[in-house]
Amino acid sequence: MTSDAPRPPPRRRFFGAFGRRELKGLFWQVLVVGIAVAVIAFLWSNTVTNLSARRITTGFAFLGREAGMPIADSLLAYNPRDSYLWAFVVGIANTLRVAVIGIVLATILGTLIGISRLSANWLVSRLAAVYVETLRDIPLLLQLLFWYVLMQALPAARAAFRPIEGVFLSNRGLILPAIPIGAPQLWVLGTAVLGLVVFYVIQRWLISQQMRDGKPRLAWPFALGLLVVLPAAVSVLLDVSWRIEWPELRGFNFVGGLTLAPEYFALLIALVTYTSAFIAEIVRSGIQSVPRGQWDAGNALGLRRSFMLRQIILPQALRVIVPPMTSQYLNLTKNSSLAVAIGYQDVVSIANTTLNQTGQAIEAIALIMAVFLTISLGISFFMNWYNSRIALVER
Amino acid sequence: MTAIADIPEAPRAARRPQIGNPVLRWLRTNLFSSIPNGILSVLLLAVLARGIFSFVQWGIANAVWLTPANDSSACHAVRGVGACWAIIPEKYRFILFGTYPFDEQWRPALAVLLFIALFYLSTRRALWRRELAYLWIAALALISMLMWGGIFGLSFVSQDRWGGLPVTLILATFGLAFGFPLGILVALGRRSKLPAIRSLSVLYVELIRGVPLVSLLFMASVMFPLFMPNGFNIDKLLRAQVAIILFAGAYLAEVIRGGLQAVPSGQYEAADALGLSYWRKNRLIVLPQAIRHVIPPLVNTFIAFFKDTSLVLIIGIFDLLTTAKTAIIDPAWQQFSVEVYIFVAGIYFVFCFAMSRYSRSLEATSER
Repeated sequence: MTSDAPRPPPRRRFFGAFGRRELKGLFWQVLVVGIAVAVIAFLWSNTVTNLSARRITTGFAFLGREAGMPIADSLLAYNPRDSYLWAFVVGIANTLRVAVIGIVLATILGTLIGISRLSANWLVSRLAAVYVETLRDIPLLLQLLFWYVLMQALPAARAAFRPIEGVFLSNRGLILPAIPIGAPQLWVLGTAVLGLVVFYVIQRWLISQQMRDGKPRLAWPFALGLLVVLPAAVSVLLDVSWRIEWPELRGFNFVGGLTLAPEYFALLIALVTYTSAFIAEIVRSGIQSVPRGQWDAGNALGLRRSFMLRQIILPQALRVIVPPMTSQYLNLTKNSSLAVAIGYQDVVSIANTTLNQTGQAIEAIALIMAVFLTISLGISFFMNWYNSRIALVER
Repeated sequence: MTAIADIPEAPRAARRPQIGNPVLRWLRTNLFSSIPNGILSVLLLAVLARGIFSFVQWGIANAVWLTPANDSSACHAVRGVGACWAIIPEKYRFILFGTYPFDEQWRPALAVLLFIALFYLSTRRALWRRELAYLWIAALALISMLMWGGIFGLSFVSQDRWGGLPVTLILATFGLAFGFPLGILVALGRRSKLPAIRSLSVLYVELIRGVPLVSLLFMASVMFPLFMPNGFNIDKLLRAQVAIILFAGAYLAEVIRGGLQAVPSGQYEAADALGLSYWRKNRLIVLPQAIRHVIPPLVNTFIAFFKDTSLVLIIGIFDLLTTAKTAIIDPAWQQFSVEVYIFVAGIYFVFCFAMSRYSRSLEATSER
C-alpha cells in the first residue's frame, strides 16, 4: 500500500475507478479470505468424513433423546429420564446461578476491599493489600481445588459447625434457614418489582419537574407506598405465609432450609474471592482517579463527607470503574466453567458429559459457545447501557 | 470500614507538633487516629494475632517436617493439629518434573533455570532490541533440545513423559512467543482499512474472547482429531499448546490495539509522507512506539496466561497443578493435599508476584 501520489487521492467508494491502491487492497483481501475459506473447507470436509465413518449424524436431533445423566445439584426440577435439551437448560440455570450471585457478592466484597486499601488505618490498608496480592497471584483453579478439599475435610452432618443458630456447615455443604417461595409469595414479590418500575418512572418525572421550576419534591412517600405498603397489602389480602423454615438434622442428613452443596459453595467462594481482588484494584484506581481538587471543593462548600462521597466523588469514579468492571464480570462468568474440575454441573460440564455419551462434539461445543456468547453479550449490553447513563454529559 | 482518608487529605499546614517517641507517634497517626479507628485496630490485631497463632501452631510447632521414605505414620499421628510438610520432600521430584525419567531430571531442571534467565534478561531495558528476539529463539531451541534430547548423547524423552513446572513454563512461554506475532497481525488487521480483513480479525478476537478457555481446550482435546484427515494426529500437549496460542493471540491483539490507538496520527502521516510502504511504516515507526506504550498491560496479560495454563488439568495434561493433584492420589498421603496445594501455590505466587512487581515498576518509570 505505497502512497505513490504526491497528495492523498480522493477516497473512492468500492465501485469507483480502481486505482493501484485499491487493486492492491483487493488482492490482499481476496488472498486472506481465500486462505480462510480454504482452511475452513478443509476442516469441514475432514469432519464430515470422520463423522460419517463413526456413524454420527450431525444436527441437533439428539437434544430430544433421553439424557440419562444424573445431575446432583440443580435449581430446576430434573430427572435422568428428561431430554438432553432439558439437561442443557438445567446446566445453563446452574451457570447463571453461580455467575449472578458471584457477581453481586464479588462486587460488594471487592468494593469494600478497594476502599480498605485507601484507609487511613495502616493495618486495614496493609491487610487489604495482602489479600489482593495473594489472591491475584495464585491460579483460580488451584484456589478452587483448595476450597473444595477444605469443604470435603469438614466434619460430617452430625458434628456440623454451627456458627449461628440455624446455620450448619458440614461436608454436606452450607445449610441455611430459608423462606419457602411458592406461587403466592411470587405474587407479592412481583408486586414489589412492579412497584419499583413505577417508582423509577415517577422519580424521573419528579426530577424533570424540579429541573423546570427548581423546587425540590419529596420522593420517599412514593417509595414507601409502592415498595412497602402495596406489597404488604397484597400479602395480607392473599394471606401469604412468610414462615421461616429452619433446617433440622434427621438421621444422617438435614431436612428443610436451603442447602448449598459443597461443590457449589466451593465454586462460589473461589470465584468471589478471586474476582473481588481484581475488583478491589479497579475500585481503588477509580477513586484515586478523582482529582483532589474535587474533595477540596466539597470541603470548601462545607458538605458532609458521606454526601460528598455519594454526590461528587462516586459519580466521577464510576466513569473510570465501570468499563473494566464489565470485563471482570465477563471473566467471572467464563471462569465459572472451571466447575467441571470439581464436579459442579454447570453448562460446560453437562456439555462435556453429553459429548462423551453421544459423540456430538460439534453440537456440544457450539451450544457452549452460543450460551457464553449470549451471556457475554447480555452483560456487555447492560454495562454499556449503564455506562452511557453515568458517562460525562458534555455540552 | 474506615473513611477514605488517603487521597483526600487536605494539605496539612497545621500538623500536630512532632514531639514524643517516634514509635508512639507512628502508632497514633496510623492506627489510633480516632476512637473508631482505634477500636477497629484493636479488633483487627486480636483477630490477626489469633489467626497467626493458630497457623504457627499448625504449620510450624506441630508440623512434621521429615519422615522416613514412604512412611506417613508420623503425619497421620498429627493429623488435624499439625501440618505434614514431610509430603513435600517425599513428592517434590514428581510435583516438579512429573514422570520425566528420574535420572534425567537435571534436564528439565536446567530448562526451568533457562526460562528464568530468559525472563530476567527480557526485563532489562538495555536489551530491548532486535537481538532479544534472536535470544528468545535460541533459548527456546535450547530448551526444546534439553527436554526432547535425542542428540549430543542425550536420550530421547517423548513429550507424554514431560510434566510439572517445565510444562507450565513451556505452555505459557511458547504461548506468548507465538501468540505475540499473531496478536500483532490481528491487531493490525482490526485497524486495517480493508473490510474483509477487518471483519475476519474482529470475528476471531470476539469469538475467542467470548468463550471460556476450558471450552477451547475441550475443543483441542476432543474435536481436533475430528478436524484432521483420517489417521493424522498430533500429541495432546501440542494441541493444548495450539489452543493456548490461539487464546493468547486474541487477548494480546486487544492489548496491542490499545497501543496502536495511542500512537498519534501525526506519526502515521509522517511515515506516509516519507513514502514508506504499509509494512515498513508499521515495522519501523508505528509498532515500536505502540508496543512500548503497552508493556505493563502486556506483562499483566502474561501473568494471566501463566495462571491460565493450569486449566490444562481439565484435559489431563501434566502441568504443575496436575502433578500436584496426582501426587496426593497416593492413599498413604491422601489426607495431606492442603500442604501440597500450599507448596504449589507458593511456586505460582513467586513467578506471578515477581512479574507483577516488574509491571508496577515499569508503570512507575513511565509515569515519571
